[in-house]
Amino acid sequence: MLTKEQCFEQLLLGKAVKSEGWLEQIRTAALEHAAILNFPSASHDDWRFTDLSAMFQHGFHPVATYAKLTLSDIEKFLIPGAIRLVFVDGCYATELSDLTQTGTGVTVASLADRLGDPWVEKNFGHHAPYKQDAFVALNTNFFEDGAWVHVASEVTRPIHLLHIATKREVPSAIYPRCLVVMDASSRATMIEDYVGLGDGIYFSNAVTEVVLEKHAQLQHVRVQREEKNAFHIGHCSVESGRASVYTATSLAFGARMSRHTLHVTQQGEGAEMHLNGLALISGRQIADTHTQIDHAAPRGKSIQLHKCIADGSAHAIFSGKIIVHAGAVGTDSAQSSRNLLLSDKARIDTQPQLEIFNDDVSCKHGATVGQIDADALFFLKSRGFTEERARNLLTHAFAAEIIDKIPVPSLVESLGRTILERISGVRT
Amino acid sequence: MINKGSKILLEVKNLRAEIAGVAGVEILKGVDLTVRAGEVHAIMGINGSGKSTFSKVLAGHPDYAVTGGSAMFEGKDLFSLAPEERARAGIFLAFQYPVEIPGVSNSALLRLAYNTMQTERGLEELDPLEFDDLIQEKIKVVEMDPSFLGRSVNEGFSGGEKKRNEILQMAVLEPKLAILDETDSGLDIDALRIVAKGVNSLLSSDNAVVMVTHYQRLLNYIVPDYVHVMDGGRIVRTGGKELALELEARGYDWLRAAA
Repeated sequence: MLTKEQCFEQLLLGKAVKSEGWLEQIRTAALEHAAILNFPSASHDDWRFTDLSAMFQHGFHPVATYAKLTLSDIEKFLIPGAIRLVFVDGCYATELSDLTQTGTGVTVASLADRLGDPWVEKNFGHHAPYKQDAFVALNTNFFEDGAWVHVASEVTRPIHLLHIATKREVPSAIYPRCLVVMDASSRATMIEDYVGLGDGIYFSNAVTEVVLEKHAQLQHVRVQREEKNAFHIGHCSVESGRASVYTATSLAFGARMSRHTLHVTQQGEGAEMHLNGLALISGRQIADTHTQIDHAAPRGKSIQLHKCIADGSAHAIFSGKIIVHAGAVGTDSAQSSRNLLLSDKARIDTQPQLEIFNDDVSCKHGATVGQIDADALFFLKSRGFTEERARNLLTHAFAAEIIDKIPVPSLVESLGRTILERISGVRT
Repeated sequence: MINKGSKILLEVKNLRAEIAGVAGVEILKGVDLTVRAGEVHAIMGINGSGKSTFSKVLAGHPDYAVTGGSAMFEGKDLFSLAPEERARAGIFLAFQYPVEIPGVSNSALLRLAYNTMQTERGLEELDPLEFDDLIQEKIKVVEMDPSFLGRSVNEGFSGGEKKRNEILQMAVLEPKLAILDETDSGLDIDALRIVAKGVNSLLSSDNAVVMVTHYQRLLNYIVPDYVHVMDGGRIVRTGGKELALELEARGYDWLRAAA
């Protein structure tokens, strides 16, 4: 049992990763910021609903030697036809990756291998706020490797970034990292996937940076299905250029405690942002989703739908901030937070926040928290469904609205099965 | 069709019920009704007479608590069965206000419900392809466009489409006793004709229909063998189809005065 301070000290003692030149400077600065920032205090406005205390009980150690996995170990996570980059405990696993279908117009590679690429140097660390956020700072200093995705044209195959955490002797800290640059008018579908093998205790601290140049379109799916004893804190910063279309579908199913921050900044005129989210948790799980959309240019459009489903004594949190800056005239924004409580002990906090600094905008937002609809439940029973089956069907339907937005049919199907397993507590 | 020799499907005796959790507010105050296979019954009455409550109580709606009397369905004590067990035993309630279920497609609902019944009857379940063949036939009964199958249950349906969807469920589940709770309310004449045609095509000498309705209009299309008038939580008069015409002409007051 550690104190909060000891837990953080342990993280700062992580394995130093040597880099050349520009990256070494960023790493050094990030470590200094991490030491100053420390864990957010419980009174911090952005963290007051989020109980991190379960995490502080552990000392998380750096990963020294990497597990050797085979394709059969990870078969259930594979997406047929995808370009695949696999990381095991933060380390790039060449033998599990599949880049044979990459084709022209796209680079999918280990970040550590491409540090000499001027595009990497130009973008890495420039979007995720390592000077303000302790977790981003820890990742920026300690990440060993990550994914580098550079799309110059239209990629039809989905790009699957699979981050696997294995069960280890002692609790481990792993630092997945992704950098994505979408060139002008490029199009791609990318799946960031966080999974666990075995029921180990680990801390997965992930950072992703995404840049969309003008007219680029990215379907960005994020699946957090960590093991049940895991802690997951992720941050994603997105810069969207003129007339680009960014669609995020972020799912949180796993981990003892998870937090995902998604910050999208509309840099160019007429950019569209679609943010879909689903947290489906039970038992003692905590799932926190923080999003921020900055409309910083004219005539942007953002549409957000976030859903939480909490069973057992789980606690789901959603905080969705939308800022319309003074110059962002003609902004069109709609946010909806819909929540389903499946037990008396479950808790959901939802907090929409709008900050508008000009008059020429259309902003709508709404939030609901409810239970399974009694009329729908009776209707299904009157058609022969048992109570349990009726509840499962209605819960699944509530979740399906988000899952169905994923443009990869095989993933929709496998996640649909995952949801049924989670809801019914039965492995199908 | 009345055949005094056919078997009794439903026998309700002195049924009393109140709103669940509100003791002492009795809505049904001793209802008696016997329904045999092959029969069509109409239960009429003014708003608040208890006719809709009666249909919900038979289906097991949790808003009502049975306080007395009995209901036997094919020899089984109905009130010892959960709503889903009643459905599996062959009771079907067509809802007055059909429920919308976003995210559940009509075809998935129908297939899952159908397969539940198949299992209950010791028959093979159908996979989605096999079920598609069945459902393409069934939707003809209610003249429904196949595109409705892919849509979420009742979501964005018009009032008439929702009622037709209820009858489609009835066509798929093939109940022994169908209770139609004000299925005619909110229907224009074309939708009423389609719904009635659907119900008529499903009638046989083995099943029965109980229609709860406010108006005589429906009974022009689905001709009842018996018309019951409910008032104050009891059936106060029973007659043939001509009773409905008399109610249409004279209203309900003369019956209340007579009772």
